[in-house]
Amino acid sequence: MNKAVPPQGLDGGRNSLRTGPNERGRFGEFGGRFVAETLMPLILEVERAYNEAKADPAFQADLDRHMTHYVGRPSPLWFAERLTQHLGGAKIYFKRDELNHTGSHKANNCMGQILLARRMGKTRIIAETGAGQHGVATATMCALFGLPCTVYMGATDVERQAPNVFRMKLLGAEVKPVTSGAGTLKDAMNEALRDWVANVRDTYYLIGTVAGPHPYPMMVRDFQSVIGEEAKRQMQEAEGRLPDAAVACIGGGSNAMGLFHPFLDDTSVRLIGVEAGGHGIETGQHAASLTGGRPGVLHGNRTYLLQDDDGQITEAHSISAGLDYPGIGPEHSWLHDIKRVEYVSATDQEALAAFQLCTRTEGIIPALEPAHALAHVTKLAPKMDKDEIVLMNLCGRGDKDIFTVAGHLGVKL
Amino acid sequence: MSRIAARFAHLKRERRGALIPFLEAWDPDGPTSTALLRGMPGAGADLIEIGMPFTDPMADGPIVQAAGKRALDAGVKMTDVLGMVRDFRAGDDATPIVLMGYLNPILSYGPERFCQDAAKAGVDGLIVVDLPTEEADMLLPFVTANGLDFIRLVAPTTDDARLSHVLSGSSGFVYYVAITGITGTRSASSDDLAEAIPRVRRATDLPVAIGFGVRTPAQAADAVRIADAAVVGSALLDTLAANLDEHGRARPGAVDKVLDQVRALAEGIRNAKVAA
Repeated sequence: MNKAVPPQGLDGGRNSLRTGPNERGRFGEFGGRFVAETLMPLILEVERAYNEAKADPAFQADLDRHMTHYVGRPSPLWFAERLTQHLGGAKIYFKRDELNHTGSHKANNCMGQILLARRMGKTRIIAETGAGQHGVATATMCALFGLPCTVYMGATDVERQAPNVFRMKLLGAEVKPVTSGAGTLKDAMNEALRDWVANVRDTYYLIGTVAGPHPYPMMVRDFQSVIGEEAKRQMQEAEGRLPDAAVACIGGGSNAMGLFHPFLDDTSVRLIGVEAGGHGIETGQHAASLTGGRPGVLHGNRTYLLQDDDGQITEAHSISAGLDYPGIGPEHSWLHDIKRVEYVSATDQEALAAFQLCTRTEGIIPALEPAHALAHVTKLAPKMDKDEIVLMNLCGRGDKDIFTVAGHLGVKL
Repeated sequence: MSRIAARFAHLKRERRGALIPFLEAWDPDGPTSTALLRGMPGAGADLIEIGMPFTDPMADGPIVQAAGKRALDAGVKMTDVLGMVRDFRAGDDATPIVLMGYLNPILSYGPERFCQDAAKAGVDGLIVVDLPTEEADMLLPFVTANGLDFIRLVAPTTDDARLSHVLSGSSGFVYYVAITGITGTRSASSDDLAEAIPRVRRATDLPVAIGFGVRTPAQAADAVRIADAAVVGSALLDTLAANLDEHGRARPGAVDKVLDQVRALAEGIRNAKVAA
């Protein structure tokens, strides 16, 4: 096993936390490539293709053009003034990634990967989805480029995210409900991997978060880092300085990684990831892998996982289908262990309260996922000085969640 | 000489291929699965592969998934899997036992302790599906130190350049995954195998077993005409599943039905004399 990497950085030379992963796809002792041999050559092919694309100015130019004119970047930075007044502490800024085309940060990654898949000559796209945001974003890009698309979605999630299922179908994707396990994101990912093993020649697996085997955690992070890069620039324009804290919710952790990564070397910025506390960490019914799990191997990488004493993966629980996952991206596990990022949790009830607060004070209906981040902001901001700044990633809009929220509020639609 | 090497050397002298039946530990419960394991050598098993149940078996199709779920519902732990082997060894010191599974339960048990306990229980080899050569250093030192064989999977996607890399550090036999796909779904054609197996043979002197999609005595016979062993899994699990009652308990005669099928497969293999 690899030795723990000191917080000075992965290469031991440059004083940076942004140089990972190493050539084995490891962030410290996390990450790697734990897949069956059938998939190993494909993973290596994706890695080669991605490294070439990254170095190709034409690829970057094509990506930039699509991000600007199709996804709608840069997303605005919004000073949430009424919320700030309400909480009575630090100034709160929202990075408005819910304004992207398709309604979440997922579009950033999907656009990058679909351009890569096309470059690799792949003719069929598969994806897993939890809340359906990644599925919708993938189906959207497939419609744009005329590629057939199959999305695996847990049967439980198909039920609780019906609007997104219909959106995917409208976009021409085939949605395959997965009934194994609890029928959530973990099971959808198993099934997508099984599809890939059976369709190795023509299929590209478009993973939606910073998990899976190397190079996915690195590649998805790179495509999502546009969030933090823009926010950093916009914060300078708005306040002439960096924020004191940056907060994001975490399921697999792609929006958080995208926000945090450009700030990793800015030690004055506290970085806080908010996991889904479900019914409460003490109940065991949650999706907080870092707070309540331990390291193991699932879905191609070594990371913190919810598991029992015998190494069997346990079911996660969250009101938010997008956070309902028993693992977390390996770079987060590393950042947790070296203590660069603080990881906390917010419960279902706290997220519901924050969801309503945001709606009423800012006129923005957030997705239940960033409502977890906001729930933590409501605890954090009042304890900070009024001249301090909190930056929160509002990574998705909540239209898809109104049925779930109505149910919890006892309203029948 | 390891039990696996001894068994293949013996079969070579007999000029026939090996039958490697698969069972999932504790499917559907400990006693049934133990009875099945004990009966397999008598029914013609040359080596036996035991599946270690895991909640998320990524390379397995619905049949093995269901078997693993039944076993986990019955409460199987990794110590129980090793216990089955220990029990088996009390009555059979010759038939090699290979454990097949996924990495996380082994990591959770502790990779070094697991290899020590497996060797003590009488296990001969390990197949860890989600541990490719690139990550093998997490387990290989402990496998070797405890005298276990490390059996590698080779797939149709493994090209020649990669073959020697994949086979470095492997021992016992090489497991050729006959299809690009999950277990229990489809079968490779004889033409595919006729092209693939000589390619593997050029890269190794180890015996080669063919698995994934071998279901019938005829397919098993085809497999050992070109390779050294046939692994049959889902077809046997199917038979067991068809002989469970509505509560998932084995009906009387369920074990015998599976063993009859093992017998038929063994006969198919014995009729397929290996070319000189």
